[in-house]
Amino acid sequence: MGKRKIDVRFSKFGTVSFTSTTKVNDFIDYLEQGKVMGTKCKKCGALFFPPRADCYKCLESDMGWFEVSGTGKLVTYSKLEYCPVGFEDDLPYVIALLDYGDYKVFGRLADDLPEEDVSVGMELKTVSNNLPNGQLSYVFQKP
Amino acid sequence: MGKVAIIGVGQSSFVRGYPGTIKELAFEGFREALQDAQITTKDIEASIICSAPEYDKQRSPAGVIAEYLGLIPQPTFYLESLCSSSSMGLKVAYSMVKAGLHDSVAVIGFQKMSEISSAESQERMGRGADIQWESPFGTMMPAYYAMYARNHMATYGTTPEDLALIRVKSGTYGQLNEKAVYRKSVTLDMFSDPESTMSSPVASPLRVGDCCANADGSSCVIVVNEEKAKALCKKPVWILGVGAASTAVNMVGRDLFNGLTVAQQAGEQAYKMAGVTPKDIDVAEVHDCFTIAEMMAYENLGFAKPGEGKELIRAKETYKDGSIPVNVDGGLLSKGHPIGATGGSQIRTIVLQLRGEAGEIQVKDPEIGLVHNIGGVGLYGNVSILGR
Ligand SMILES: [Zn+2]
Repeated sequence: MGKRKIDVRFSKFGTVSFTSTTKVNDFIDYLEQGKVMGTKCKKCGALFFPPRADCYKCLESDMGWFEVSGTGKLVTYSKLEYCPVGFEDDLPYVIALLDYGDYKVFGRLADDLPEEDVSVGMELKTVSNNLPNGQLSYVFQKP
Repeated sequence: MGKVAIIGVGQSSFVRGYPGTIKELAFEGFREALQDAQITTKDIEASIICSAPEYDKQRSPAGVIAEYLGLIPQPTFYLESLCSSSSMGLKVAYSMVKAGLHDSVAVIGFQKMSEISSAESQERMGRGADIQWESPFGTMMPAYYAMYARNHMATYGTTPEDLALIRVKSGTYGQLNEKAVYRKSVTLDMFSDPESTMSSPVASPLRVGDCCANADGSSCVIVVNEEKAKALCKKPVWILGVGAASTAVNMVGRDLFNGLTVAQQAGEQAYKMAGVTPKDIDVAEVHDCFTIAEMMAYENLGFAKPGEGKELIRAKETYKDGSIPVNVDGGLLSKGHPIGATGGSQIRTIVLQLRGEAGEIQVKDPEIGLVHNIGGVGLYGNVSILGR
Protein backbone atom coordinates (compact mmCIF):
# COMPACT_ATOMS: atom_id res chain seq x y z
CA MET A 1 0.00 0.00 0.00
CA GLY A 2 1.58 3.27 -1.11
CA LYS A 3 1.17 6.42 0.86
CA ARG A 4 -0.93 8.99 -0.96
CA LYS A 5 1.05 12.14 -1.60
CA ILE A 6 -0.57 15.22 -0.13
CA ASP A 7 -0.79 18.21 -2.44
CA VAL A 8 0.56 21.12 -0.37
CA ARG A 9 1.16 23.60 -3.16
CA PHE A 10 -0.92 26.28 -1.44
CA SER A 11 1.70 26.62 1.32
CA LYS A 12 3.60 28.79 -1.20
CA PHE A 13 0.95 31.58 -1.16
CA GLY A 14 1.72 34.89 0.54
CA THR A 15 4.36 36.06 3.03
CA VAL A 16 2.97 33.56 5.52
CA SER A 17 0.59 30.85 4.33
CA PHE A 18 -1.78 29.51 6.97
CA THR A 19 -3.17 26.58 5.00
CA SER A 20 -1.50 24.22 2.57
CA THR A 21 -4.23 22.11 0.99
CA THR A 22 -7.12 23.32 -1.13
CA LYS A 23 -9.00 22.07 -4.17
CA VAL A 24 -7.89 25.19 -6.06
CA ASN A 25 -4.17 24.47 -5.74
CA ASP A 26 -3.72 25.09 -9.49
CA PHE A 27 -3.92 28.78 -8.53
CA ILE A 28 -0.29 28.40 -7.41
CA ASP A 29 0.86 26.87 -10.71
CA TYR A 30 -0.76 29.76 -12.56
CA LEU A 31 0.98 32.26 -10.25
CA GLU A 32 4.30 30.58 -11.11
CA GLN A 33 3.48 31.18 -14.77
CA GLY A 34 2.83 34.85 -13.99
CA LYS A 35 -0.96 34.61 -14.12
CA VAL A 36 -3.48 35.60 -11.45
CA MET A 37 -6.50 33.37 -12.02
CA GLY A 38 -10.03 33.00 -10.70
CA THR A 39 -12.59 30.27 -11.32
CA LYS A 40 -15.72 30.28 -13.48
CA CYS A 41 -18.65 27.94 -12.92
CA LYS A 42 -19.16 25.91 -16.08
CA LYS A 43 -22.86 25.54 -15.38
CA CYS A 44 -24.05 29.05 -14.44
CA GLY A 45 -21.08 31.15 -15.54
CA ALA A 46 -20.49 32.78 -12.14
CA LEU A 47 -17.00 34.27 -11.73
CA PHE A 48 -15.12 33.80 -8.48
CA PHE A 49 -12.07 35.62 -7.25
CA PRO A 50 -10.41 34.41 -5.15
CA PRO A 51 -11.06 31.06 -6.87
CA ARG A 52 -13.57 28.60 -5.40
CA ALA A 53 -13.80 24.89 -6.03
CA ASP A 54 -17.57 24.90 -5.60
CA CYS A 55 -20.36 27.16 -6.87
CA TYR A 56 -22.85 27.93 -4.09
CA LYS A 57 -25.27 29.38 -6.63
CA CYS A 58 -25.95 26.12 -8.48
CA LEU A 59 -24.06 23.62 -6.27
CA GLU A 60 -21.80 22.73 -9.23
CA SER A 61 -18.13 21.77 -8.76
CA ASP A 62 -17.15 21.70 -12.41
CA MET A 63 -15.11 24.89 -12.65
CA GLY A 64 -12.92 26.46 -15.32
CA TRP A 65 -10.26 29.16 -14.87
CA PHE A 66 -10.18 32.78 -16.07
CA GLU A 67 -7.39 35.34 -15.85
CA VAL A 68 -7.68 38.55 -13.83
CA SER A 69 -6.87 41.09 -16.56
CA GLY A 70 -7.25 44.80 -17.26
CA THR A 71 -7.60 47.21 -14.39
CA GLY A 72 -9.79 47.58 -11.34
CA LYS A 73 -10.83 50.65 -9.35
CA LEU A 74 -9.10 51.19 -6.01
CA VAL A 75 -11.93 50.93 -3.46
CA THR A 76 -9.85 51.53 -0.34
CA TYR A 77 -6.43 50.94 1.24
CA SER A 78 -4.50 51.23 4.51
CA LYS A 79 -0.82 51.40 5.43
CA LEU A 80 0.09 49.17 8.37
CA GLU A 81 2.64 50.28 10.97
CA TYR A 82 2.17 47.10 13.04
CA CYS A 83 1.84 43.53 11.83
CA PRO A 84 1.08 39.99 12.90
CA VAL A 85 3.94 37.54 13.61
CA GLY A 86 5.87 36.64 10.46
CA PHE A 87 5.31 39.88 8.52
CA GLU A 88 7.91 42.06 10.34
CA ASP A 89 10.29 42.25 7.36
CA ASP A 90 7.51 43.63 5.16
CA LEU A 91 6.65 46.68 7.31
CA PRO A 92 5.35 49.16 6.45
CA TYR A 93 3.05 47.79 3.75
CA VAL A 94 -0.25 48.85 2.20
CA ILE A 95 -3.22 46.47 1.89
CA ALA A 96 -5.83 47.40 -0.70
CA LEU A 97 -8.97 46.33 -2.54
CA LEU A 98 -9.65 46.59 -6.31
CA ASP A 99 -13.10 46.42 -7.91
CA TYR A 100 -13.14 44.81 -11.36
CA GLY A 101 -16.91 45.02 -11.71
CA ASP A 102 -17.73 41.30 -11.86
CA TYR A 103 -15.42 40.52 -8.95
CA LYS A 104 -13.01 42.18 -6.53
CA VAL A 105 -9.36 41.48 -5.68
CA PHE A 106 -7.84 41.91 -2.21
CA GLY A 107 -4.07 42.30 -1.92
CA ARG A 108 -1.21 44.74 -1.44
CA LEU A 109 0.18 47.70 -3.31
CA ALA A 110 3.56 46.99 -4.94
CA ASP A 111 6.49 48.05 -2.72
CA ASP A 112 7.46 50.78 -5.22
CA LEU A 113 3.95 52.28 -5.16
CA PRO A 114 3.75 54.38 -1.98
CA GLU A 115 0.46 55.18 -0.25
CA GLU A 116 0.91 58.87 -1.12
CA ASP A 117 0.74 58.08 -4.84
CA VAL A 118 -2.69 56.43 -4.81
CA SER A 119 -6.24 57.61 -4.17
CA VAL A 120 -9.66 55.98 -3.94
CA GLY A 121 -11.15 55.49 -7.41
CA MET A 122 -7.89 55.24 -9.40
CA GLU A 123 -7.30 52.35 -11.80
CA LEU A 124 -4.68 49.75 -10.89
CA LYS A 125 -3.73 46.36 -12.29
CA THR A 126 -2.97 43.06 -10.57
CA VAL A 127 0.36 41.32 -11.28
CA SER A 128 1.94 38.18 -9.86
CA ASN A 129 5.21 38.51 -7.96
CA ASN A 130 7.91 36.50 -6.22
CA LEU A 131 8.53 37.39 -2.58
CA PRO A 132 12.04 37.66 -1.07
CA ASN A 133 11.38 34.60 1.11
CA GLY A 134 10.66 32.43 -1.93
CA GLN A 135 6.87 32.60 -1.62
CA LEU A 136 4.48 33.60 -4.39
CA SER A 137 1.92 36.40 -4.35
CA TYR A 138 0.43 39.23 -6.39
CA VAL A 139 0.48 43.02 -6.04
CA PHE A 140 -1.29 46.08 -7.42
CA GLN A 141 0.56 48.45 -9.78
CA LYS A 142 -0.19 51.46 -11.94
CA PRO A 143 -1.24 50.28 -15.41
CA MET B 1 -47.07 33.99 24.35
CA GLY B 2 -45.88 36.52 26.85
CA LYS B 3 -43.12 39.06 26.80
CA VAL B 4 -39.48 38.43 27.71
CA ALA B 5 -37.61 40.60 30.19
CA ILE B 6 -34.18 41.34 31.60
CA ILE B 7 -34.32 41.38 35.40
CA GLY B 8 -30.64 41.44 36.31
CA VAL B 9 -27.40 42.78 34.84
CA GLY B 10 -23.81 42.69 36.02
CA GLN B 11 -20.26 43.13 34.86
CA SER B 12 -16.77 42.87 36.32
CA SER B 13 -14.34 45.75 36.13
CA PHE B 14 -12.62 45.66 32.75
CA VAL B 15 -8.89 45.42 33.48
CA ARG B 16 -5.51 44.55 32.00
CA GLY B 17 -4.10 41.26 33.24
CA TYR B 18 -6.92 39.94 35.46
CA PRO B 19 -5.26 38.12 38.40
CA GLY B 20 -7.49 35.03 38.38
CA THR B 21 -8.95 32.21 36.30
CA ILE B 22 -11.70 32.53 33.69
CA LYS B 23 -14.07 30.90 36.22
CA GLU B 24 -13.28 33.52 38.85
CA LEU B 25 -13.60 36.26 36.24
CA ALA B 26 -17.01 34.98 35.08
CA PHE B 27 -18.16 34.81 38.71
CA GLU B 28 -17.72 38.58 39.14
CA GLY B 29 -20.25 39.56 36.46
CA PHE B 30 -22.57 36.70 37.43
CA ARG B 31 -22.67 37.58 41.14
CA GLU B 32 -23.48 41.21 40.37
CA ALA B 33 -26.36 40.18 38.08
CA LEU B 34 -27.85 37.80 40.68
CA GLN B 35 -27.56 40.44 43.39
CA ASP B 36 -29.09 42.99 41.03
CA ALA B 37 -32.05 40.65 40.33
CA GLN B 38 -32.18 39.53 43.98
CA ILE B 39 -32.35 35.89 42.97
CA THR B 40 -30.21 32.78 43.57
CA THR B 41 -28.67 30.16 41.28
CA LYS B 42 -31.77 27.99 41.83
CA ASP B 43 -33.79 30.55 39.87
CA ILE B 44 -31.65 30.04 36.73
CA GLU B 45 -32.87 27.21 34.49
CA ALA B 46 -30.14 27.32 31.83
CA SER B 47 -26.98 29.20 30.97
CA ILE B 48 -25.29 30.36 27.77
CA ILE B 49 -21.56 31.00 28.06
CA CYS B 50 -20.21 33.46 25.48
CA SER B 51 -16.61 34.16 24.48
CA ALA B 52 -14.17 33.96 21.58
CA PRO B 53 -12.31 30.65 21.92
CA GLU B 54 -8.96 31.76 20.46
CA TYR B 55 -8.09 33.42 23.77
CA ASP B 56 -8.98 30.42 25.93
CA LYS B 57 -6.65 27.71 27.15
CA GLN B 58 -9.59 25.85 28.69
CA ARG B 59 -11.35 23.58 26.23
CA SER B 60 -15.14 23.83 26.29
CA PRO B 61 -15.32 26.56 28.96
CA ALA B 62 -19.13 26.36 29.38
CA GLY B 63 -19.19 23.32 31.66
CA VAL B 64 -16.25 24.46 33.75
CA ILE B 65 -17.72 27.90 34.31
CA ALA B 66 -21.29 26.65 34.92
CA GLU B 67 -19.98 24.33 37.65
CA TYR B 68 -18.04 27.17 39.34
CA LEU B 69 -21.11 29.41 39.28
CA GLY B 70 -23.33 26.70 40.77
CA LEU B 71 -25.38 26.33 37.60
CA ILE B 72 -25.25 22.53 37.40
CA PRO B 73 -27.12 20.30 36.63
CA GLN B 74 -28.95 22.84 34.46
CA PRO B 75 -28.16 22.77 30.72
CA THR B 76 -25.30 24.99 29.57
CA PHE B 77 -23.55 25.56 26.25
CA TYR B 78 -20.97 27.74 24.57
CA LEU B 79 -21.84 30.41 22.01
CA GLU B 80 -19.44 32.34 19.79
CA SER B 81 -19.89 35.13 17.27
CA LEU B 82 -16.61 36.95 18.00
CA CYS B 83 -17.16 40.38 19.59
CA SER B 84 -20.96 40.12 19.42
CA SER B 85 -21.13 36.77 21.26
CA SER B 86 -23.13 37.95 24.26
CA SER B 87 -25.64 39.89 22.14
CA MET B 88 -26.16 36.71 20.13
CA GLY B 89 -26.48 35.04 23.55
CA LEU B 90 -29.31 37.47 24.38
CA LYS B 91 -31.10 36.58 21.15
CA VAL B 92 -30.79 32.84 21.82
CA ALA B 93 -31.89 33.27 25.46
CA TYR B 94 -34.88 35.27 24.23
CA SER B 95 -35.79 32.41 21.87
CA MET B 96 -35.48 29.76 24.58
CA VAL B 97 -37.67 31.71 27.01
CA LYS B 98 -40.17 32.79 24.35
CA ALA B 99 -40.54 29.18 23.23
CA GLY B 100 -41.35 28.19 26.78
CA LEU B 101 -38.39 25.83 27.15
CA HIS B 102 -37.13 27.69 30.20
CA ASP B 103 -38.51 30.38 32.51
CA SER B 104 -35.07 31.92 33.01
CA VAL B 105 -31.71 31.89 31.22
CA ALA B 106 -28.40 33.50 32.24
CA VAL B 107 -26.27 34.93 29.44
CA ILE B 108 -22.70 34.98 30.70
CA GLY B 109 -19.99 36.67 28.62
CA PHE B 110 -16.31 36.60 29.47
CA GLN B 111 -12.90 37.10 27.96
CA LYS B 112 -9.51 36.82 29.55
CA MET B 113 -7.43 38.18 26.72
CA SER B 114 -4.33 37.99 28.88
CA GLU B 115 -4.84 34.21 29.28
CA ILE B 116 -2.36 33.66 26.45
CA SER B 117 1.08 35.27 26.06
CA SER B 118 1.45 38.36 23.90
CA ALA B 119 3.47 36.27 21.42
CA GLU B 120 0.58 33.80 21.15
CA SER B 121 -1.81 36.70 20.86
CA GLN B 122 0.28 38.23 18.04
CA GLU B 123 0.22 34.92 16.22
CA ARG B 124 -3.57 34.62 16.54
CA MET B 125 -3.96 38.19 15.35
CA GLY B 126 -2.63 37.09 11.98
CA ARG B 127 -5.48 34.62 11.63
CA GLY B 128 -8.32 37.07 12.25
CA ALA B 129 -9.38 37.12 8.61
CA ASP B 130 -9.94 34.36 6.02
CA ILE B 131 -6.68 32.47 6.52
CA GLN B 132 -6.67 31.19 2.95
CA TRP B 133 -6.94 34.41 0.96
CA GLU B 134 -6.49 37.49 3.16
CA SER B 135 -4.30 36.62 6.17
CA PRO B 136 -1.29 35.80 3.89
CA PHE B 137 -1.14 39.55 3.09
CA GLY B 138 -0.53 40.41 6.77
CA THR B 139 -3.95 41.78 7.67
CA MET B 140 -5.03 42.97 11.11
CA MET B 141 -8.32 44.11 12.66
CA PRO B 142 -7.37 47.84 12.82
CA ALA B 143 -6.32 47.81 9.15
CA TYR B 144 -9.71 46.48 8.05
CA TYR B 145 -11.59 49.17 9.96
CA ALA B 146 -9.03 51.64 8.56
CA MET B 147 -10.08 50.60 5.06
CA TYR B 148 -13.67 51.48 5.97
CA ALA B 149 -12.47 54.81 7.40
CA ARG B 150 -10.54 55.58 4.19
CA ASN B 151 -13.56 54.90 1.99
CA HIS B 152 -15.87 56.84 4.33
CA MET B 153 -13.51 59.83 4.10
CA ALA B 154 -13.20 59.59 0.30
CA THR B 155 -16.96 59.22 -0.18
CA TYR B 156 -18.33 61.66 2.37
CA GLY B 157 -15.50 64.05 3.28
CA THR B 158 -15.30 62.76 6.85
CA THR B 159 -12.00 63.88 8.44
CA PRO B 160 -9.56 62.32 10.92
CA GLU B 161 -10.63 65.12 13.27
CA ASP B 162 -14.27 64.00 13.06
CA LEU B 163 -13.14 60.57 14.21
CA ALA B 164 -11.04 62.11 16.98
CA LEU B 165 -14.16 63.94 18.24
CA ILE B 166 -15.73 60.53 18.90
CA ARG B 167 -12.74 59.59 21.06
CA VAL B 168 -13.00 62.91 22.92
CA LYS B 169 -16.65 62.11 23.74
CA SER B 170 -15.62 58.63 24.88
CA GLY B 171 -13.05 60.10 27.25
CA THR B 172 -15.60 62.54 28.66
CA TYR B 173 -17.69 59.63 29.96
CA GLY B 174 -14.99 56.99 30.32
CA GLN B 175 -13.40 58.92 33.16
CA LEU B 176 -16.69 58.65 35.09
CA ASN B 177 -16.94 54.87 34.64
CA GLU B 178 -15.27 53.12 37.54
CA LYS B 179 -15.32 49.82 35.62
CA ALA B 180 -13.48 51.20 32.57
CA VAL B 181 -9.88 50.24 31.81
CA TYR B 182 -9.07 53.74 30.47
CA ARG B 183 -10.33 56.48 32.80
CA LYS B 184 -8.66 59.61 31.43
CA SER B 185 -10.04 62.45 29.38
CA VAL B 186 -8.84 62.80 25.79
CA THR B 187 -8.42 66.12 23.99
CA LEU B 188 -8.37 66.93 20.30
CA ASP B 189 -4.88 68.39 20.75
CA MET B 190 -3.51 64.95 21.64
CA PHE B 191 -4.29 63.76 18.12
CA SER B 192 -2.05 66.48 16.61
CA ASP B 193 0.67 66.25 19.28
CA PRO B 194 3.50 63.97 18.09
CA GLU B 195 4.49 63.50 21.75
CA SER B 196 1.10 61.96 22.56
CA THR B 197 0.60 58.24 21.93
CA MET B 198 -2.93 59.10 20.73
CA SER B 199 -1.45 60.56 17.52
CA SER B 200 0.76 57.57 16.71
CA PRO B 201 -0.25 55.87 13.43
CA VAL B 202 -1.53 52.28 13.59
CA ALA B 203 -3.06 51.62 10.17
CA SER B 204 -3.71 54.74 8.10
CA PRO B 205 -5.87 56.74 8.56
CA LEU B 206 -6.42 55.32 12.08
CA ARG B 207 -4.21 56.31 15.01
CA VAL B 208 -3.78 54.86 18.50
CA GLY B 209 -6.51 57.21 19.75
CA ASP B 210 -8.95 55.72 17.24
CA CYS B 211 -8.55 52.20 18.68
CA CYS B 212 -10.00 50.55 21.79
CA ALA B 213 -7.83 48.64 24.25
CA ASN B 214 -7.86 44.92 24.95
CA ALA B 215 -9.12 44.05 28.41
CA ASP B 216 -10.16 41.14 30.60
CA GLY B 217 -13.73 41.18 31.81
CA SER B 218 -17.06 39.44 32.29
CA SER B 219 -20.73 40.32 32.06
CA CYS B 220 -24.06 38.70 32.82
CA VAL B 221 -27.66 39.29 31.76
CA ILE B 222 -30.62 37.43 33.37
CA VAL B 223 -33.47 36.79 30.90
CA VAL B 224 -36.89 35.62 32.17
CA ASN B 225 -40.48 35.22 31.00
CA GLU B 226 -43.23 37.75 31.71
CA GLU B 227 -44.72 35.87 34.66
CA LYS B 228 -41.39 35.57 36.43
CA ALA B 229 -40.45 39.16 35.61
CA LYS B 230 -43.61 40.48 37.24
CA ALA B 231 -43.21 38.22 40.26
CA LEU B 232 -39.53 38.94 40.88
CA CYS B 233 -38.79 42.42 39.62
CA LYS B 234 -40.08 45.94 40.28
CA LYS B 235 -38.47 47.40 37.15
CA PRO B 236 -38.24 44.74 34.44
CA VAL B 237 -36.72 45.87 31.16
CA TRP B 238 -38.49 44.27 28.21
CA ILE B 239 -36.74 42.86 25.16
CA LEU B 240 -38.67 44.49 22.31
CA GLY B 241 -36.56 43.51 19.32
CA VAL B 242 -33.58 41.28 18.51
CA GLY B 243 -32.01 41.47 15.04
CA ALA B 244 -28.97 39.65 13.68
CA ALA B 245 -27.17 39.30 10.34
CA SER B 246 -23.94 38.04 8.78
CA THR B 247 -21.90 38.75 5.66
CA ALA B 248 -18.78 37.64 3.77
CA VAL B 249 -15.64 37.57 5.90
CA ASN B 250 -13.57 38.41 2.81
CA MET B 251 -13.62 42.04 1.70
CA VAL B 252 -14.06 40.82 -1.91
CA GLY B 253 -17.46 39.40 -0.99
CA ARG B 254 -18.80 42.79 0.11
CA ASP B 255 -20.37 45.72 -1.72
CA LEU B 256 -20.41 48.45 0.93
CA PHE B 257 -17.16 49.97 2.27
CA ASN B 258 -18.38 52.99 4.22
CA GLY B 259 -20.93 51.19 6.36
CA LEU B 260 -21.70 47.72 7.71
CA THR B 261 -24.54 45.85 6.01
CA VAL B 262 -24.94 43.59 9.05
CA ALA B 263 -25.72 46.62 11.21
CA GLN B 264 -28.26 47.94 8.70
CA GLN B 265 -29.97 44.56 8.42
CA ALA B 266 -29.92 43.69 12.13
CA GLY B 267 -31.19 47.21 12.85
CA GLU B 268 -34.08 46.94 10.39
CA GLN B 269 -35.11 43.59 11.90
CA ALA B 270 -34.97 44.92 15.46
CA TYR B 271 -36.87 48.13 14.64
CA LYS B 272 -39.58 46.15 12.83
CA MET B 273 -39.92 43.60 15.62
CA ALA B 274 -40.09 46.34 18.26
CA GLY B 275 -42.46 48.46 16.15
CA VAL B 276 -40.27 51.56 16.57
CA THR B 277 -38.13 53.82 14.37
CA PRO B 278 -34.68 55.37 14.94
CA LYS B 279 -36.40 58.54 16.20
CA ASP B 280 -37.91 56.57 19.07
CA ILE B 281 -34.53 55.58 20.50
CA ASP B 282 -33.71 57.61 23.63
CA VAL B 283 -30.27 56.17 24.42
CA ALA B 284 -27.91 53.83 22.54
CA GLU B 285 -24.82 51.74 23.04
CA VAL B 286 -22.91 51.12 19.80
CA HIS B 287 -19.89 48.98 19.04
CA ASP B 288 -17.04 51.52 18.96
CA CYS B 289 -14.07 49.16 18.75
CA PHE B 290 -12.68 51.95 16.56
CA THR B 291 -13.90 55.54 16.19
CA ILE B 292 -14.96 54.87 12.59
CA ALA B 293 -17.16 52.03 13.86
CA GLU B 294 -19.21 54.47 15.95
CA MET B 295 -19.42 56.91 13.01
CA MET B 296 -20.77 54.15 10.74
CA ALA B 297 -23.18 52.99 13.47
CA TYR B 298 -24.83 56.45 13.56
CA GLU B 299 -25.59 56.06 9.86
CA ASN B 300 -26.33 52.33 9.70
CA LEU B 301 -28.85 52.60 12.56
CA GLY B 302 -30.62 55.60 11.01
CA PHE B 303 -29.57 58.20 13.61
CA ALA B 304 -28.06 60.09 10.68
CA LYS B 305 -28.29 59.79 6.89
CA PRO B 306 -25.34 58.08 5.15
CA GLY B 307 -22.39 60.50 5.28
CA GLU B 308 -23.99 62.75 7.88
CA GLY B 309 -22.71 60.98 10.98
CA LYS B 310 -20.01 63.63 11.25
CA GLU B 311 -22.65 66.34 11.71
CA LEU B 312 -24.01 64.46 14.76
CA ILE B 313 -20.66 64.36 16.54
CA ARG B 314 -19.66 67.91 15.49
CA ALA B 315 -22.92 69.20 17.03
CA LYS B 316 -22.44 66.98 20.11
CA GLU B 317 -25.85 65.40 19.46
CA THR B 318 -24.55 62.05 20.72
CA TYR B 319 -23.48 63.50 24.09
CA LYS B 320 -25.62 62.84 27.18
CA ASP B 321 -27.80 65.93 26.64
CA GLY B 322 -27.94 65.64 22.84
CA SER B 323 -30.79 64.38 20.68
CA ILE B 324 -29.47 60.78 20.63
CA PRO B 325 -27.00 59.98 23.45
CA VAL B 326 -24.54 57.26 22.37
CA ASN B 327 -22.01 55.40 24.53
CA VAL B 328 -22.38 57.63 27.55
CA ASP B 329 -20.59 54.93 29.57
CA GLY B 330 -17.37 55.60 27.61
CA GLY B 331 -17.98 52.84 25.07
CA LEU B 332 -15.42 50.21 24.13
CA LEU B 333 -12.88 52.98 23.46
CA SER B 334 -12.69 53.78 27.19
CA LYS B 335 -14.13 50.68 28.88
CA GLY B 336 -11.90 48.28 26.93
CA HIS B 337 -13.13 45.40 24.81
CA PRO B 338 -13.12 41.94 26.44
CA ILE B 339 -14.64 40.32 23.35
CA GLY B 340 -17.16 37.84 24.80
CA ALA B 341 -18.17 40.19 27.65
CA THR B 342 -18.66 43.34 25.58
CA GLY B 343 -22.28 42.86 24.46
CA GLY B 344 -23.42 42.08 28.01
CA SER B 345 -21.73 45.24 29.26
CA GLN B 346 -23.53 47.30 26.60
CA ILE B 347 -26.86 45.69 27.55
CA ARG B 348 -26.14 46.43 31.22
CA THR B 349 -25.65 50.11 30.50
CA ILE B 350 -28.96 50.37 28.62
CA VAL B 351 -30.85 48.44 31.31
CA LEU B 352 -29.50 50.77 34.03
CA GLN B 353 -30.43 53.78 31.87
CA LEU B 354 -34.00 52.55 31.35
CA ARG B 355 -34.39 51.91 35.08
CA GLY B 356 -33.09 55.41 35.84
CA GLU B 357 -30.19 53.95 37.82
CA ALA B 358 -27.25 55.14 35.69
CA GLY B 359 -25.99 57.75 38.14
CA GLU B 360 -23.79 60.52 36.76
CA ILE B 361 -24.33 59.41 33.16
CA GLN B 362 -28.13 59.10 33.44
CA VAL B 363 -29.90 60.31 30.30
CA LYS B 364 -33.16 62.18 30.98
CA ASP B 365 -36.07 59.75 31.36
CA PRO B 366 -35.35 57.27 28.53
CA GLU B 367 -38.11 54.82 27.54
CA ILE B 368 -36.46 52.91 24.70
CA GLY B 369 -32.79 51.98 24.33
CA LEU B 370 -30.74 50.24 21.65
CA VAL B 371 -27.66 48.02 21.69
CA HIS B 372 -25.53 47.64 18.51
CA ASN B 373 -22.87 44.94 18.81
CA ILE B 374 -20.63 43.86 15.91
CA GLY B 375 -18.55 40.68 15.55
CA GLY B 376 -15.30 40.87 13.58
CA VAL B 377 -15.11 43.58 10.91
CA GLY B 378 -18.85 43.60 10.33
CA LEU B 379 -18.91 39.84 9.86
CA TYR B 380 -21.67 39.42 12.45
CA GLY B 381 -24.08 42.13 13.55
CA ASN B 382 -26.58 42.19 16.42
CA VAL B 383 -29.02 44.96 17.29
CA SER B 384 -31.25 44.66 20.35
CA ILE B 385 -33.98 47.09 21.37
CA LEU B 386 -35.05 47.27 25.00
CA GLY B 387 -37.89 49.16 26.68
CA ARG B 388 -39.14 49.76 30.19
ZN1 LIG C 1 -22.78 27.88 -10.73
